[in-house]
Amino acid sequence: MNLQMMGLLADGIKETLYMTLVSTLIAYVIGIPLGVVCFITDKNGICPSRVVHLGIGILINFVRSVPFLILLVAIIPLTRLIVGTTIGSTATIVPLVAAAAPYVARMVESSLKEVGTGVIEAAESMGSSRLQIIYKVLLPEAKPSLLVGGLISMATILGYSAMAGFVGGGGLGAIAINYGYYRYQTDIMFVTVVFLVLIVQFFQEAGIWLVNRIDKRGA
Amino acid sequence: MIRLEHITKEFSSKNKKVTAVDDVSIHIQKGEIYGIIGFSGAGKSTLVRCINLLEMPTSGRVYFGDQELTSAGEQELRLARQKMGMIFQQFNLLEQRNVLKNICYPLELAGISKKDRIKRAKELIRLVDMEEKEKAYPSQLSGGQKQRVAIARALATNPEVLLCDEATSALDPITTRAILALLKRINEMFGVTVVIISHEMRVVEQVCGRVAVMSRGAVEEAGEVKEVFLNPKSETARRLILPDKDEAGSDAGRHSIRIAFDGQSSFEPVFASLVLESGIKLNILGANTENIGGRAFGQMLIEMPKEQEKQETVKKMLRDRGIHFEEGRDGR
Repeated sequence: MNLQMMGLLADGIKETLYMTLVSTLIAYVIGIPLGVVCFITDKNGICPSRVVHLGIGILINFVRSVPFLILLVAIIPLTRLIVGTTIGSTATIVPLVAAAAPYVARMVESSLKEVGTGVIEAAESMGSSRLQIIYKVLLPEAKPSLLVGGLISMATILGYSAMAGFVGGGGLGAIAINYGYYRYQTDIMFVTVVFLVLIVQFFQEAGIWLVNRIDKRGA
Repeated sequence: MIRLEHITKEFSSKNKKVTAVDDVSIHIQKGEIYGIIGFSGAGKSTLVRCINLLEMPTSGRVYFGDQELTSAGEQELRLARQKMGMIFQQFNLLEQRNVLKNICYPLELAGISKKDRIKRAKELIRLVDMEEKEKAYPSQLSGGQKQRVAIARALATNPEVLLCDEATSALDPITTRAILALLKRINEMFGVTVVIISHEMRVVEQVCGRVAVMSRGAVEEAGEVKEVFLNPKSETARRLILPDKDEAGSDAGRHSIRIAFDGQSSFEPVFASLVLESGIKLNILGANTENIGGRAFGQMLIEMPKEQEKQETVKKMLRDRGIHFEEGRDGR
């Protein structure tokens, strides 16, 4: 493999990391509030509201049931509006966030469900406001589980980002498709896949290590 | 201190309505330890949740001091709750906070500065004897230790009332006794009014002054613990006091009496002297006694001889010794 190829791969890794990390971050900025609202508006939640709960649920399920590749194409006008272009790794962030945010919201909701109802009741009995319950009880108590959810979301987003290579996105996925698929350079495709696996593996291991450190449940 | 007036709480599911609490009125005095006892499903946990409005009663009024909580706004209710601590069967500590930070939680809500929070939390840790575990997380503690932390947390904001919802039901008998002793000490030291929910008579017996016996959402009888224990009027109270009495009394033709010990000296061999002096053979059908600080508490179920006059002799001897007893139902 020549030097030029290695430079290409290095750029691909950088772009993939950039897309994945930024998309995950923005997806969480949107997904956490969405997941929290969905959780607290449940019929047994601390702020029940059938309308809001159902509304968010339908929105989340709607976006989640559209295949990513279709979503990618469907929101091209939105992407152009926000980024100004539809090509490259920055442009890919828009569809990635759109696909990941509802997914993240569901992850967050399920993490919050792990917090015992008794603990929430105890917090209420001490005179906590709803906001205090969210900030001081729900989110901190669910933190390890939220982190695990974050790792799973990140791997999913990484996979999506590779798919975006088909429609002009950047990163390792684009290299695999352009060289490996269109030019039949199977070795390049193989190398990019290895790198993708290594990236997922690295985040998974680092994440689990972190979770074990911060989780105070269990011995 | 706490006045419940005609509290009714209904839960409605799809096609049926369940009345968990049915027109209950209770008046709990300042500084007392009040017990609410009943079997599972009697509605006692729902009732205690109506005191701090974790459950909003369907109808009826709750007064905390002079304040009517059932008509209070959200903000007022939150402030009132800070004056009412609560502990639970499952402890409900924050798993991701250590002992010290758990106790700090209600102080954070009350807006107390970090320095004062830690100072107050440390005082409480000392009060509940948990000094060595200050930095431990709940998962590293035993049930009894968790409940001590929960008590410290509930007391952090100097509440006037402490609500205990089956607080000892997940603990072994020895730990139960220690926790009850701690509650009693807190009641005596700070004059905190304590409300204890339990399904165990021995819990109520050990610390409560007055008790309400609940069954199917309603209060069947209420009064001084001693009075209820010695002369239970309701069927529920009888069954709570001596769970196996039904079986024992069901044998046809048997005549049994229940002897209650309410703090006689445990050094006095009551039963032995009864048998020896009367010369009558008596059979113990069941006994449940505890020695608390050299005094006997509990009861004994005794099968009486068939002859009427021997029965009278035994009863007279008991009366002479000032020992309370109650005759079995089928003997009447």
